[in-house]
Amino acid sequence: MKPFAYMRAQSLEEAMASAAEPGTRLLAGGTTLVDLMKLGVEQPARVVDMTALPGLDTVHVDGQRIRLGALVRMASAAVHVDIVRLAPAVSQSLWRAASAQLRNMATLGGNLLQRTRCAYFRDVQAYAECNKRAPGSGCAARQGITRNHAIFGASASCLATHPGDLAVALVAFDARIEITGRERRLVAVRDFFRIPGDTPQAENQLRPGELITAVEIPLTAGLQRSHYLKVRDRSSYEFAVVSAAAGIVLEEDGRTVRTAHLAAGGVGTVPWRLPGVEQALMGRPFTEAAVRAACADASAGAEPTAHNRHKAVLLPRVAARALMAAGGMA
Amino acid sequence: MKQANDVQWDRRELLKALAALPAAPALAQAQQQPPGAAAAGADGAALPAPMLEVGVPRKEGVLKVTGAARYATEHPQKGMLFGVMVQSTVAAGSIESVDAGDALAAPGVVAVYTHLQGLQLRAPQPYAAGGAATEKFVPFQDALVRFNGQHVGAVIAQTLEQATHAAGLLRFVYAAGPAVIGMDDPQARQQPLPTATAQWGDAVGAMARAPHCVKAAYRTPREYNVPMELHGCIAQWQGDELTVWEPSQWVGGARRVISEWLDHPIEKIHVVSPYVGGGFGSKVAPHPHVAVACAAARQLGRPVKLTLTRQQTFTGYGGRAATEQQLALGATAEGRLTAIVQEGWNETAIDDINVEKCNAVTTTMYAVPHLSSRHSLRAVHTVNPSWLRAPGENPSAFALETAMDELAHRLQIDPIELRLRNWAGQDPHHRIPWTTRRLREAYAAGAQAFGWSHRNPQPRSMHQGRELIGWGMAGGTYPVRRTPGEARVVLWPDGRVEVHSSGADIGTGTYTILAQTAADALGVPLERIQVLLGDTALPRAPLAGGSQLANVLTGAVHKACMRACEELTLLAARHPASPLRGADPSRLRVHAGMVGPADANTPGGRVRIDSLLSLAGRDRLVAMGDTFPAAAGEKEKDAADQTFTQMQLPTAGGLSAHSWSAQFVEVRVDEDLGTVRVRRMVGAFDSGRVYNPRLARSQWVGGMVMGLGQALFEEGLTDPRDGRVLNANLADYVVAVNADVPEIMTISVGQPDYAATVLGGKAVGELGIVGVAAAISNAVFHATGKRVRELPITLDKLV
Repeated sequence: MKPFAYMRAQSLEEAMASAAEPGTRLLAGGTTLVDLMKLGVEQPARVVDMTALPGLDTVHVDGQRIRLGALVRMASAAVHVDIVRLAPAVSQSLWRAASAQLRNMATLGGNLLQRTRCAYFRDVQAYAECNKRAPGSGCAARQGITRNHAIFGASASCLATHPGDLAVALVAFDARIEITGRERRLVAVRDFFRIPGDTPQAENQLRPGELITAVEIPLTAGLQRSHYLKVRDRSSYEFAVVSAAAGIVLEEDGRTVRTAHLAAGGVGTVPWRLPGVEQALMGRPFTEAAVRAACADASAGAEPTAHNRHKAVLLPRVAARALMAAGGMA
Repeated sequence: MKQANDVQWDRRELLKALAALPAAPALAQAQQQPPGAAAAGADGAALPAPMLEVGVPRKEGVLKVTGAARYATEHPQKGMLFGVMVQSTVAAGSIESVDAGDALAAPGVVAVYTHLQGLQLRAPQPYAAGGAATEKFVPFQDALVRFNGQHVGAVIAQTLEQATHAAGLLRFVYAAGPAVIGMDDPQARQQPLPTATAQWGDAVGAMARAPHCVKAAYRTPREYNVPMELHGCIAQWQGDELTVWEPSQWVGGARRVISEWLDHPIEKIHVVSPYVGGGFGSKVAPHPHVAVACAAARQLGRPVKLTLTRQQTFTGYGGRAATEQQLALGATAEGRLTAIVQEGWNETAIDDINVEKCNAVTTTMYAVPHLSSRHSLRAVHTVNPSWLRAPGENPSAFALETAMDELAHRLQIDPIELRLRNWAGQDPHHRIPWTTRRLREAYAAGAQAFGWSHRNPQPRSMHQGRELIGWGMAGGTYPVRRTPGEARVVLWPDGRVEVHSSGADIGTGTYTILAQTAADALGVPLERIQVLLGDTALPRAPLAGGSQLANVLTGAVHKACMRACEELTLLAARHPASPLRGADPSRLRVHAGMVGPADANTPGGRVRIDSLLSLAGRDRLVAMGDTFPAAAGEKEKDAADQTFTQMQLPTAGGLSAHSWSAQFVEVRVDEDLGTVRVRRMVGAFDSGRVYNPRLARSQWVGGMVMGLGQALFEEGLTDPRDGRVLNANLADYVVAVNADVPEIMTISVGQPDYAATVLGGKAVGELGIVGVAAAISNAVFHATGKRVRELPITLDKLV
């Protein structure tokens, strides 16, 4: 661990000014940053604690949207009555993430910026080759063990999986991230995350001097009838092998799908929306057979490695089960 | 007395015991009189209830849960320095150069050690060669790299942060050499182990003639102990005396290994280990980082604290070796085994030996007329693997008990019935009688509690909603190991009683059961008994491992108390100040904390033990007890304390002593998703006499939970190019968490086995895990029709 300076930002302006300086990292819950600093992946010269910033730890719900401050803890958002009622997939994605201890510390803004669990990315001592850590150095994972790596959105330079759960639910339901810098802007979560291409070090749309101040989730009928299914070996405290956030809106007949929402986790270098399945379901009867048929091609275009073919096998099933659960089909 | 016992059972235990009562005489047994316990007297009121066999809570429990119990690295010393290890990043080859400049120049750094700036350390004697060490490797003595993650450097600094920072600045350049990464590599040198070979009859011929045969390969991956308490120690020299606070399952062995590393007289080395935060075999002997701490502290003249990081624990010492077994069972249509042919191997370090004896259960469990079993080692570039709960028996039972399930399915015979048809009335390998074998009772009690008779034998026949339901069972066994040891009791005139032994309580409850033993033998209330353990200043004891220590030390403490009672009766009869002076000492006895007439009807006074000591002017009464053979001398006693050489085989004395178990499991498998969830577990155990049902249950449950993790999750992943462990942390090396663990029922079917041990107990702690993985894999087969023979049963193997 490299020595670093620590300061506590007292205002948003101060935090933004700090964030603009090279070698500075903002600290919220610390569950990712401190971990990566201990590993030597992150070596900031200065850590600016933003947990004292006022006004960023509230949840606000009106007729149109849920607005979550960036410093809201995962644990409090997961049990927030309005979120449980109006956005079940969001609540479930939170409480199925990490462990109770981590959820008590971690913030939503930090959660969206958590970094991949790629073992090669995390092992600074043994693997110099990591384009994400050291652009242009190569990718040790490519020829390594890639059981947990991405089957969508990978490039020659990087195939590290996006580790998040919340982000998957946010992508499925067209949430936006409020970014504050010199200007305040709203970015769709699906646009916020960048696939690696030739620049896997650039994981999102944040620019120097900007920070996440809130997340806004539009309230929709699909969100209210939603589900987050996380599949993994262990029942708790494990990253998803495959996960899916799904929402279903039926026509007034109660049987025909009007709209479907679907995004997958554990499979992509970014949270992976599945618009093909969403479209295939529109106008179809909401039956198990129809849902499974619509999901059959969910893995189309996937590029599994020798070690993670099971993700491609699982994805259509996980997608179908999440959709069925969202629509109340046991 | 029945009432007293019942009160000690918590409601859950009681309900479970009652549920199993028709088959399991657990409650009835709890009322039997142990030898040496206070016998019934005419005056019932004064009768102390026996404490052994009662589930009293852990004596040190409050200290542990309130943080008051101080573990090894929680003994800060004045002027203490902090050490951090640096590990290799290639699997084989040599260190070409070291750049220590930046590390040495970093703030707070006191010393940097590598093979170039060395610490002189001698190789310790491995346990198999008459010593105590579990690896030969000693850091910094040459430029050779034997495995990825080998200690190649250490930084000692004023603070942990400074040492950690400087460790990151210490740079090595390697000349990587050809490496053998895993045991499937054709370059992995195979070395047969004649000592792990068993042969009787004509197994190959009988197998060829067998009407039915199941044959398959069974594999277990590298598994790691991952105790919550990291491996770390504090070493402090005062003159030529060294004190090491080290989480140790065996302070005598630790002392021996440290003495060899440092070439320092053993009597000058003091090892302290009152509490251990989990070891599971990984803290039997100290590992090489301890050598570095001790030698650095000597060289620098200041105490050194050195703790491995979690990642470093994956290669700072070894976990369970990966294993493979090719196992064939031949049988008649009626299910009688006619032959067993087995070929197994485990990986070991490239220049060291670790044996994970995969035929330990194969040769013990069933009556089979023809058997051929061989075990080999395959040398690869890995840290030397070591012990993890039930080494040998664990993978052995996984293969054998899965194969038995395959045979049962093939022949359409109930798995329990198949096992009964192959009942071994005596030890099939050594052809001698068992001491006790209440395995039938375990099958019966477990089956009844589980509801096994309702099982539809057809795979895929049971489901609920989208989940397939599977019921599986397996048997298990663990030998009764006995290395003699000694204990001391000290009786004080203020009424306190102390029990002393160097044996370590590794969380199993040794403090508690030794207090219970002394309470019974002296009739003194539990709260007046203080037990001191885990310190080389105390009487000699063998390792807390192999499920032996409880039996050894209860025996030694019981004998020490008997000796104290003899002295007390003599004192009472002979001391002029005693109210019983002039009595015939042979007609006196110690009962309920008093010395008095042996025959309760005889008139005459009684005197409390503490009053007698006061009256006689004694500041204390000290008595020793041990479980050594009468002929044992100091040399043998030291050897038992410091080596494995005095360990008695389970077959010692012409009887074969083992614990037995039957495991029953219900799994739910979501076939869409491949996920397996264990919904119920029932374990029925013959561990002989159970000294404390609460603590024994805790051990069995712990083993079953660990077996659940082994069956479904645990697997060390290494990079095929360089042997690097890729999941060296507790997020990615997946062990069972609370959410995975269902209601677990444990049933004791044991009865006192005085042929096995002094006070009638048999093995407990290791037994809990044996057979669990097989029961789970059998349940998964029953649910899905898919047989997974390679652990762990992760979802990718089922989708």
